[in-house]
Amino acid sequence: MGDTVHEARAPYFAPQGGRRGILSWLTSTNHKRIGILYLSLIGVFFSTAVVLGVLMRVQLQSPSMRLMDARTYNIMFTLHGIIQIFLVVIPGIPTIFGNFALPMLVGANDMAFPRLNLFSWYLFLFGAVLAAVAVFTNGGAPDTGWTFYVPFSLKTSVNVPLATFAVFILGMSSILTGINIVTTVHQLRAPGMTFFKMPLSVWGLYATAWVQILATPIVGITMLLIVVERLFGIGVFDPTKGGDPLLYQHLFWIYSHPAVYIMILPAMGIISDLFPVFSRKNIFGYKMIAFSSLAIASVGSLVWGHHMYVSGQSDTADIIFSLLTFLVAVPSAIKVFNWIATMYKGSIKLEPPFLFALTFVFLFSIGGLTGLFLGALSANVQLHDTYFVVAHFHYIIFGGFGFGIFAALHYWYPKMTGRMYSKTAAVVGWLVTFVGFNVFYFPMFIMGWQGMPRRYYSYLPKFNELQLLSSVGSYVLAAGVAIILVNLLYNAKRGAKAPDNPWGGATLEWTLPSPPPLENWEEPPTVTKGPYDYSGMEEKR
Amino acid sequence: MSGHTHAGPIDRDRGCIGMWLFICTEILLFGGLFLLYSVYRYKNPADFHAASQDLSRFSGTLNTIVLITSSLSAALAVHELREGRAARSKLFIWATILLALTFLTVKGFEWAAKFEHGLYPNAAHLLSLPPGQILFFGLYFTMTGLHAIHVIVGMGIFGYGLRALSRGKIDAEHPVLVENATLFWHLVDVIWIFLFPLFYLIS
Repeated sequence: MGDTVHEARAPYFAPQGGRRGILSWLTSTNHKRIGILYLSLIGVFFSTAVVLGVLMRVQLQSPSMRLMDARTYNIMFTLHGIIQIFLVVIPGIPTIFGNFALPMLVGANDMAFPRLNLFSWYLFLFGAVLAAVAVFTNGGAPDTGWTFYVPFSLKTSVNVPLATFAVFILGMSSILTGINIVTTVHQLRAPGMTFFKMPLSVWGLYATAWVQILATPIVGITMLLIVVERLFGIGVFDPTKGGDPLLYQHLFWIYSHPAVYIMILPAMGIISDLFPVFSRKNIFGYKMIAFSSLAIASVGSLVWGHHMYVSGQSDTADIIFSLLTFLVAVPSAIKVFNWIATMYKGSIKLEPPFLFALTFVFLFSIGGLTGLFLGALSANVQLHDTYFVVAHFHYIIFGGFGFGIFAALHYWYPKMTGRMYSKTAAVVGWLVTFVGFNVFYFPMFIMGWQGMPRRYYSYLPKFNELQLLSSVGSYVLAAGVAIILVNLLYNAKRGAKAPDNPWGGATLEWTLPSPPPLENWEEPPTVTKGPYDYSGMEEKR
Repeated sequence: MSGHTHAGPIDRDRGCIGMWLFICTEILLFGGLFLLYSVYRYKNPADFHAASQDLSRFSGTLNTIVLITSSLSAALAVHELREGRAARSKLFIWATILLALTFLTVKGFEWAAKFEHGLYPNAAHLLSLPPGQILFFGLYFTMTGLHAIHVIVGMGIFGYGLRALSRGKIDAEHPVLVENATLFWHLVDVIWIFLFPLFYLIS
């Protein structure tokens, strides 16, 4: 037993007990290891989808480009969408940081259901494998777009049933993660950590987990209905049998709009953690930020109809959904103003994580404000299904989720690896990504305004210049992402050793060694002060 | 070791919370189908009434009684376990599983009868009926089918509970598996209690 004491405090990724190598990871129920398992898979999926996206931009570089035919282009944007939405952005932060960081943030040693946690990773893997199989079998990859709209998805010859079943499985995985997070937050907070002493990233993950639990089953049943409809022809979405395709859209968006908040809420939570740390000031309006997360989660569940303004639903429905859509802007704006106010008279340190966090706010604001254009009924008629929507969505999701997760990675990287990346390379990567991003997506707002429809593999000559500019931007963006990823991967083993608390954070994970041991705490920590209380910390650094 | 965390009182609370959250997702899973049902019934009231005549009320009523009884036996299994009478608890779990099997058997005969009459998705006879009736049977097979899958899963969980009981992994102090299996079973029961009137008793 002599060396078990020592072993118990060894880094969480060091060999422990009997099992070594990859098997010790694949059978581990430890929250930090599962977080890294998710990170590895999601990293691969993200890179794949970025490559698909760049290929589409190569095709669109000029109207006469023939890198792919129209059908292949349809498959490309479908796969890009399915991978990024269902395999990267929806699971992203809850699975990676909900696992790696959340138990440490609340002062627990693990999630509430560690074995269920590992099981949901395997479900995630299984869903991904099914989706990959669907690409290569039985008619080939889906060409329906990631939304699988009926009646086309019932008629197209390609492998829709397997792909939608894969989405169902991924949904189950997401639900189990949500259940784990809610239970952990309720049951495993350290002594003294009241709900209002929780870091705001925990609030973000908590609100997200509720959306995962309550919204995901709807898309689950909708995807199952597509499978059943394709296999048995029950008729519920088939107009020739009395079914109503519009109902499919309702069911789909009842989940898929809240899913946008699954994507963005946890990122907002993490950003709320970063602003105080790098401004050396308590967060401005803690409770408002916490409650606005819940407000976004609840009001955001009632706005799905704004995807369907031009689908033929009633004017009354349109007006109600439009009003609710504008309402969601309020809690979102509360967050933005509070973040900015936190910086006021702060002692700001422009470290790489904070650069990403600031970019999040900038890009999210552009994405959010252009969302108001789309939420307005009359403007929507012009902008519906144009590049404007594509640009808005990517400003929110890449600008929000993407930069949010980059911020989180750069922030917790020292805790994950025990090492520090090159800050210079991180700043270069950030700059290239930021410039590439705006050159890539901003012209899309203009093209969309001028009527360029999305999902076309070619275009009219009047869009030549802007399309080319956008393509060039996408190459710059891809280069920036590559710099970021290489910097992180290369330094995971070779970087300089990181101190326990490199940023001077006041949340609990920074009281642990970098990297933390397998079991976080031998004695439960007692929480006496708030998560952003830096008094008396400067001397210790 | 990694499974144990210092905070939180006992595993039992945690298991209970987890199960209730899962039940929320199940309700919403079926909720999507109930939503479809409501819309289509609102649009096709006469067809739904007519199609409902083709279902066997006798089988439906019988199955309702069977399932409610099985909920009782499941609840008794939990009660006996909490009182420390593992053997009697096992007996009640067996009863629950047998009643579930009965339910599935009756359901099987019902489905077989529908198939004989050409009342199944994509059957030529069904397609000759008005759209509302096609939708009725489409929903009938989907919803009772999904429910039947839940019955089978429930039987599986109870079977697993039996094994754990035999190996002494479950006792009065650690009843969470049987408790959760029973919670799940009550959910399966409650869903049927909604399905029964919506399909069998609308005419």
